[in-house]
Amino acid sequence: MAKFTALVLTLLAAPLVLSAAEPAAGEPEGSAPLRWESWHAGNDVADLGSLQRGARNFMNYCIGCHSLKYLRYQRMGDDLQIPTAELSADLVAPGSTNLDYIVTSMPAADAANWFGKTPPDLSLIARSRSPDYIYRFLKTFYSDPGRSTRSDNLAYPGTSMPAVLSDLEGVKAAVLRDVKNEKVFDHFQALSPGNLTPEQFDGFVRDTVNFLDYVGDPAQVERRTIGLWVVLFLLLLSAFALALKKEYWKDVH
Amino acid sequence: MTPDAANKTGYRAGAIGRLWSWINQRLPVDTFWRSQLSEYYAPKNFNVWYFFGSLALLALVMQLVTGIFLTMFYKVGAATSFDSVEFIMREVRFGWLIRYLHSAGASAFFIVVYLHMYRALLYGSYKAPRELLWLFGMIIYLALMAEAFLGYVLPWGNMSFWAATVIVNLFGTIPGVGPGLVEWIRGDYGIADATLNRFFSLHVAAVPLVLLLLVALHLVALHEVGSNNPDGVEIKDNKDAKGRPIDGIPFHPYYTVKDIVGVCVFLTLLAIVVFFVPTFGDLFLEKANFEPANPLSTPDPISPSWYFTPYYAILRAVPDQRIGALLMLIAVVSFFFLPWLDRSPVKSMRYRGWISRTFLGLFTISFLVLMYLGTQPAQEPYVTMARIFAVPYFAYFWLMPFYSRIDSVKPVPERVTFHG
Repeated sequence: MAKFTALVLTLLAAPLVLSAAEPAAGEPEGSAPLRWESWHAGNDVADLGSLQRGARNFMNYCIGCHSLKYLRYQRMGDDLQIPTAELSADLVAPGSTNLDYIVTSMPAADAANWFGKTPPDLSLIARSRSPDYIYRFLKTFYSDPGRSTRSDNLAYPGTSMPAVLSDLEGVKAAVLRDVKNEKVFDHFQALSPGNLTPEQFDGFVRDTVNFLDYVGDPAQVERRTIGLWVVLFLLLLSAFALALKKEYWKDVH
Repeated sequence: MTPDAANKTGYRAGAIGRLWSWINQRLPVDTFWRSQLSEYYAPKNFNVWYFFGSLALLALVMQLVTGIFLTMFYKVGAATSFDSVEFIMREVRFGWLIRYLHSAGASAFFIVVYLHMYRALLYGSYKAPRELLWLFGMIIYLALMAEAFLGYVLPWGNMSFWAATVIVNLFGTIPGVGPGLVEWIRGDYGIADATLNRFFSLHVAAVPLVLLLLVALHLVALHEVGSNNPDGVEIKDNKDAKGRPIDGIPFHPYYTVKDIVGVCVFLTLLAIVVFFVPTFGDLFLEKANFEPANPLSTPDPISPSWYFTPYYAILRAVPDQRIGALLMLIAVVSFFFLPWLDRSPVKSMRYRGWISRTFLGLFTISFLVLMYLGTQPAQEPYVTMARIFAVPYFAYFWLMPFYSRIDSVKPVPERVTFHG
């Protein structure tokens, strides 16, 4: 009966899940192995609301350890259409001004002591890896009491980063299965719930990934907007150039 | 002065006209314009393959101009290069546009140059009397490869660092002087700040000067012998009473207006790449190069830019690095010998038999397959495939003295023909 209920719920939820582009983590037991490797972030850097939420998420959860050293607060505020007063009050880290680069206040030497390595700057993480990679990374933390961080990650096994989003997502365990005498990952099992529902957490991660995608190439939205006009102009110019050529060449045999 | 003569000396009325004559009595502007453009006769049957010469010139100018602007903001040095590129991308107004034009422009330059070279293979443009024209072109190609490699190192990303390590180490395979030579090139015991500084100097000054000189020589040699054409017919063999080639038309205005069409199409395609897919799926800008140079972390796999990968695949196909490097060198240098390897009595593929066509076809396929294999990791089945496809690559060149002689040929027409 439990399975039947799950099936009905899954079917009812299917349109929601599809519209959210990706299924949420923590599928019911007995289903096919969770194909997290093929998850896509499905983010949209033209979505200002998502970028603003992503910026808020970053300032609340990431900046404690990670910098965005190539981006200034003011540039972020301008691009994301965040009013200066709000930017200064809610997003700029204490001790920084709007014109400063977004830098963590955690001393690098301490960080190396605490985590074994300095947490990387994330300005270019969406470019050096990919938005999909960050999405998979943030969604595949699982409990591993044997490690010093008490967690591990599927996308980056052995990561030094603890599962810092577990108060939102909840704690989940990785259930393994045997394939030719080797233990491989099968699916996640929720151990304790978080403050967000799986759908809300998925949105949280997608917004954060979206923000990092923007940070990797802040001019990208402007670039596509300008590009459309440039290409249209060049197509028109090509048409005129072709007409001119035909006029000159009509007597050449 | 007859109206015709007045026109020819560029006579213009009034003060401007007097200034113009004053200049022309001291500098042959009009003479040059006539001899090189308005009365320079080019075959009238050029097809689409003949766009790529003028496009290569455009690509060169574009790289020079965007390069000048990048140099205004770029700060060479192991501690500053990576940051300054990001500064250009983020804080210089339209810096991203200049940078993407330069990075995508390098790839566009190679696409155009490869098509330009392939045209010569198709229509025998390297054959007498155009051997020197071909050799200048090939030296341009070598200089361009050097320029592209040096420029690739400048952003000081991790792939920059490791590409420099791999390529410079190739010089270490030269017997005897190798290890000392590598150290001399690097200016340090590893790829380091000293290497970056000298690569910058070579990239922005030395090699561009050489390129410009070679392009000038290439054009002078071209205008001395005149262009080949898809039929491989010498238009200078058929002249009218005034001594003009019957199958020729003045380069200006006919080919200037035609080349503008090519330029527009080229710029449209380039704009699509620059504005919408500037990294071109890891081919024009690699992911690994958005991480700063790190001697402790090797990108996996280390792969050069796509325009070097056919040679890279040949290098890795041989277990012995020294022989691999030698084969790679031969793969590049083989092009230089084409004018003397080709013994066919006709120039154009249109009038050659099935043997020549088969060898060229196999060469084309193997070049493209090797290009793909060079982007893949050095493991099976890619290594074995590279060994297999290297055979038709070399066979095209080094069996040419035999197959081009025994191959059947069709009669070459007296006059040029038009095909759609």
